[in-house]
Amino acid sequence: MQIKPILAALKRHKAGTVLIALQIALTLAIVCNALIIIRQRTEHLSRPTGMIETDLLTVANRWVGVDEKATPSLGKTDLEALRGMPGVVDATYANSYPLRGGGWSTSVNITPEKKKEMAHTTLYFSDDHALATMGLKLVGGRNFRPDEIDWVDPKAFDTTPVVIVSKALADKLYPDGSALGKVLYHSGATKPSTIIGIVERLQVPWTGTWAGNFAENAILIPRLLTGNFGSYLVRTQPGQLERLTKAAPALLFKTNRMRVIPDERGVRTFAQVREQAYKSDRGMAVLMGVVCAVLLAITAAGIVGLTSFWVGQRRKQIGVRRALGATRHDILSYFLTENLLIGAGGVIVGAVLAIGMNLWLVSHFEMERLSLLYVAAGVVALLLLGQGAVLAPAMKASRVPPVEATRSV
Amino acid sequence: MFGYYFQLGMRSLRRNPVLTGLMVIAIGFGVAASMITYSVFRVVSANPIPHKSSQLFTALIDNRGPQYNEKGEPPEALTYTDANALIRAHKAPRQTLFYQVALAVLPEGERSLPTKAIGYATNADFFGMFDVPFQYGTPWPAQMDERRAAVVVLSHELNQQLFGGANSVGRDIDLSGHTYRIVGVTGHWDPKPRYFDLFDGSAFDDPPQIYIPFNRADDLKIDTAGRNNCGGAPNTGVGSGREGWLHGECSWIPVWVQLDTPAQVAAYRSFLEGYAADLQRAGRFSWAPNVRLRNVTNWLSFEDVVPPESRIALIVALGFFVICLVNTIGLLLAKFMRRSAEIGVRRALGAPRREIYSQFLIEAGTVGAAGGVLGLLLTAVGVGGVGLLFAPDIARLAQVDLSLMLLTLLLAILATVVAALYPTWRAAKVQPAWQLKSN
Repeated sequence: MQIKPILAALKRHKAGTVLIALQIALTLAIVCNALIIIRQRTEHLSRPTGMIETDLLTVANRWVGVDEKATPSLGKTDLEALRGMPGVVDATYANSYPLRGGGWSTSVNITPEKKKEMAHTTLYFSDDHALATMGLKLVGGRNFRPDEIDWVDPKAFDTTPVVIVSKALADKLYPDGSALGKVLYHSGATKPSTIIGIVERLQVPWTGTWAGNFAENAILIPRLLTGNFGSYLVRTQPGQLERLTKAAPALLFKTNRMRVIPDERGVRTFAQVREQAYKSDRGMAVLMGVVCAVLLAITAAGIVGLTSFWVGQRRKQIGVRRALGATRHDILSYFLTENLLIGAGGVIVGAVLAIGMNLWLVSHFEMERLSLLYVAAGVVALLLLGQGAVLAPAMKASRVPPVEATRSV
Repeated sequence: MFGYYFQLGMRSLRRNPVLTGLMVIAIGFGVAASMITYSVFRVVSANPIPHKSSQLFTALIDNRGPQYNEKGEPPEALTYTDANALIRAHKAPRQTLFYQVALAVLPEGERSLPTKAIGYATNADFFGMFDVPFQYGTPWPAQMDERRAAVVVLSHELNQQLFGGANSVGRDIDLSGHTYRIVGVTGHWDPKPRYFDLFDGSAFDDPPQIYIPFNRADDLKIDTAGRNNCGGAPNTGVGSGREGWLHGECSWIPVWVQLDTPAQVAAYRSFLEGYAADLQRAGRFSWAPNVRLRNVTNWLSFEDVVPPESRIALIVALGFFVICLVNTIGLLLAKFMRRSAEIGVRRALGAPRREIYSQFLIEAGTVGAAGGVLGLLLTAVGVGGVGLLFAPDIARLAQVDLSLMLLTLLLAILATVVAALYPTWRAAKVQPAWQLKSN
């Protein structure tokens, strides 16, 4: 295929050529960056919390008109009632749980000096039923014993002699894998806490990017917090979750009605917790996906439109070429090559634009760098899109009969 | 001629249905994407109190020091000690402090279960400073702050829920086991973003429901339901439990002052510096005074209240719109140049270039209007769909109103006319002789 005559022809259609190339360039820039956003937003969606998420119910509870000192006995009554319910495997009380959104975060070190934090972590305050209720997998050491559990005022909390940590945190503090039996100091602690157990995985309550660098650093503290707010976690037998979604809060109200369980987000299955925690991320990904799809469709439509116009304009010339012996295939490949040339120009500019736009986004938002793989994929996709879009008008052009050359209009 | 050209435009819409359809769809999608994201963005980036945003200041004092503060900035709220000291000093015409409280309205009458009521423990100046409207009654007078009175102001919504909207001023209400006298009911009041309470991350939360005097809440030892930021600094508090925490270095109380003139601002700033310098001399701080006085606009931008989702979505949508316009330029070019012969005839019959310009620009405007109508429909669908995609607190900000509808139409028409400038210029350049010759 000769490229020279194509370039000569394109020179006579500068505006159209530039417009198509520009459109391809801009589309590539936007699509590449939208893909990065989609990837960034979806990579956490499937991150496991470390819990067995099926058959798990959460109930947010707030005591009403109750003295802070009375909350332990009320909490104990509640837990006994919940654990005694038919269909309930186990239940626990905690200040927070993975994906809840709010919780206790602090720095942690293996020495008492606090010059430099070794890692950031979340603290989960719960009891010896936490492992069974949450479905955490103990990979070393042991669970808390009932005699290690106590209630504490969050404002007076200092430290506890024993803690269970997530494996991620254990490895961070003791990279040689010797964490079990060693000590840690979290911020504000005056005494060391001994690591008596390690769970395979336990995610923090937050899903935001800011928590990304300590997403799986968690410490379980064998203390239940007094005060009027906390969450019950209930593990149900298979098939009992739906019934207990109504029955558990009803029982709690029957036990003591001086409490508030919010209508919104008060009683949630863990599936709902997960869905709500990642709603914005998923929404953003869907939005970007839709934008990409529509954008590609519009760019394709634009190429179809302009090429059709060119084909219409050049019917006579096509007829002349056909009369001079060019085959249908020659005409077809002429238009395909022409599009490829414009597309190549477009994607070169587009790749530069995409990287430029990405650099700008990186400097202004918590965005990831664009990997060249994405740009390459985008380039191939847009070139293919262009070829696909031009196919119909090019086929139409190839069907122009040689007799067209003899017609004056 | 406008009417005639408009008619021509309408007719031309039908002449190349595919090409025109493509343009209308491109403009429709482009304008809708921009408008949907803009509908969220305009709320999150709004100035919630435009007439006073340069008179209201939040006062911040660095109690952490260079070793523990974040990038040299003081914490975003004050400690119990400092907040109370600033209010007692009374150096500004008006000053307020507050923290979030979550109380429960106890059952009464037909309600058998308690309901949650979230709001603020604050002082009398709060209402005047932040322009809280009142439906019934008034704010409590400043003496009641002194007397640590058990009074409460309800929100319009809570009054609706509890008393069916009747004037409840003078009645008693039981909140978490303590009785309060209702002194006022606010009108609907929900500034977005809630500039004064960015510390708690409540920028887009539901409106507050109750307000009680700070001193009363303090007496009852009501804990904060908002954020409590103790940082990494060693706690120098004395005693343990609540007392130790109160008098320690945990920041949890935002303080705002109203300063009407630059002189007042300067005076207050030097007062703050003096206050911090005193603490340095007293040995509580081992660093030079590091204070901030930020007004509403400054505070909103410092706290970066616009969610990054909203900004990125708007940028992407605008890029999308630009592509749609580039697409439209190309298609209009094709559409107009197809009619070279027609233009040639008009020109030969004596039509000046200006006429060609107005004909084609009006025709483009017609295409734009059609795109705008499609864009309106898509915007309406999209704004409804935002609720399916985004967290409810952000999603409910997206609303279609008359100004958004007009803006959508206007943007579509204007953008299309701008896009048509080049194709029209090309059309007007058509040489009549060339076109007539070949026929």
